[in-house]
Amino acid sequence: MDQDNRSLISLEGLGREDILSLLEKAAGFEAQPNRKILDGKVVATLFFEPSTRTRLSFETAVNRLGGRVIGFSDAATTSSSKGETLKDTIMMVSNYADLIIMRHFLEGAAKYASEVSPVPIINAGDGANQHPSQTMLDLYSMLKTQGRLDDLNIYLVGDLKYGRTVHSMLTAMRFFNPTFHFISPEELKMPSEYKEFCRINGIRFQEHSEFNEDVIADADILYMTRVQRERFTDLMEYERVKDMYILKNDMLRSTRPNLRILHPLPRVNEIAQDVDSNPKAYYFQQAKNGLYVREALICNALNLI
Amino acid sequence: MGKTEKKELLVAALENGTVIDHIPSDKVFDVVSLLGLTHLDNPITIGANLRSRKMESKGIIKIADRYFTEEECGKLSVIAPNIVMSIIRDYEVVEKKAITLPDEVHGIVRCGNPKCITNHEPMQTVFHVVDKNAVTLRCRYCGKDVLQKDIKLL
Ligand SMILES: [Zn+2]
Repeated sequence: MDQDNRSLISLEGLGREDILSLLEKAAGFEAQPNRKILDGKVVATLFFEPSTRTRLSFETAVNRLGGRVIGFSDAATTSSSKGETLKDTIMMVSNYADLIIMRHFLEGAAKYASEVSPVPIINAGDGANQHPSQTMLDLYSMLKTQGRLDDLNIYLVGDLKYGRTVHSMLTAMRFFNPTFHFISPEELKMPSEYKEFCRINGIRFQEHSEFNEDVIADADILYMTRVQRERFTDLMEYERVKDMYILKNDMLRSTRPNLRILHPLPRVNEIAQDVDSNPKAYYFQQAKNGLYVREALICNALNLI
Repeated sequence: MGKTEKKELLVAALENGTVIDHIPSDKVFDVVSLLGLTHLDNPITIGANLRSRKMESKGIIKIADRYFTEEECGKLSVIAPNIVMSIIRDYEVVEKKAITLPDEVHGIVRCGNPKCITNHEPMQTVFHVVDKNAVTLRCRYCGKDVLQKDIKLL
């Protein structure tokens, strides 16, 4: 990792050991989440685009580490709505805070902020581009439930075309010899550039349009995503496929005992309610893992652990 | 008089200045605007749709009494990868250089992604050149690729 600028913008620059070391730090925070590591530190959370879930997770992480939070949760309340540039906002806030955690609707915003900011930046999502803390908590959840990241059968289901989390997962998993299965409607298939990425990196994958008990029989991880109506150009097609990518409890009967179901949340209807009580359902714990991962990412950015 | 001699004569007619050769015919006027030639008072000859052994059809521009900096030359590589620039002094070609793409392109090109930060902040665009032959640029900020056919200049 680049030790001079400790910003975390994407996971692309991280190697296998960097990822494993961050996950190990996260495990340390799970064992002991409340520590006064950030005593006397001020962390800014700048949410130019609202995302309550992500913001609460980051702010809880700061609070549990004994730091203080400043910031805003919606760009409408800030000077950027009055036409202030991102650079000026970042320069102003960096006068006050030791670390800036930001979410922005524009792609590349966090990268640019990290170039102008004297304090480190953590990207909490920049449009459809990157959301590294989400990917890290996905990896943490896989490691924790499977005991390893190597040689897993990972099934990605739903919107594989626009789903930012599934794309980042491909990139981050390239060090761990995974086998991917891509299950999606035709209109939302994994884009060819990502399949090309898999080929270049020797990542095995299969594509399926059917989602049923037989297809997922060998899965270690079932990663569900939302199939959204607004992603379809052909609404007839949406009506035809909308109920085909819903996970129901009876589909899990003959799946592997170690199978765990992940979902980046919020869920709409792609996982039936009766799955929640199945011990293979892991999405709520997954969200909780976000806290430990974010504690690790914050301390890493501040060079405190 | 053979074809080659005629062409050489045309070039030789320039006493001092620059000859920009091997421009794809459809890019001739992009070169004119990139180098700001319309703002010059110098004598300029523009040829397009000329036959060439190397290319299907090419363009050539000759500018009297004007030389171009590295930076100005670099811009040209973005729109056409194989342009050759000849420096003429006293009717002689004193230097001939092929314009090649640098590893990074700063400014010049606009990112094609409307949701890219570079299209909203007063900042310079930066692209990594991922394919020098096909001219594929990758935005340093949003990560999207710009293909040669889609390149829009700033
Ligand atoms: Zn861009």
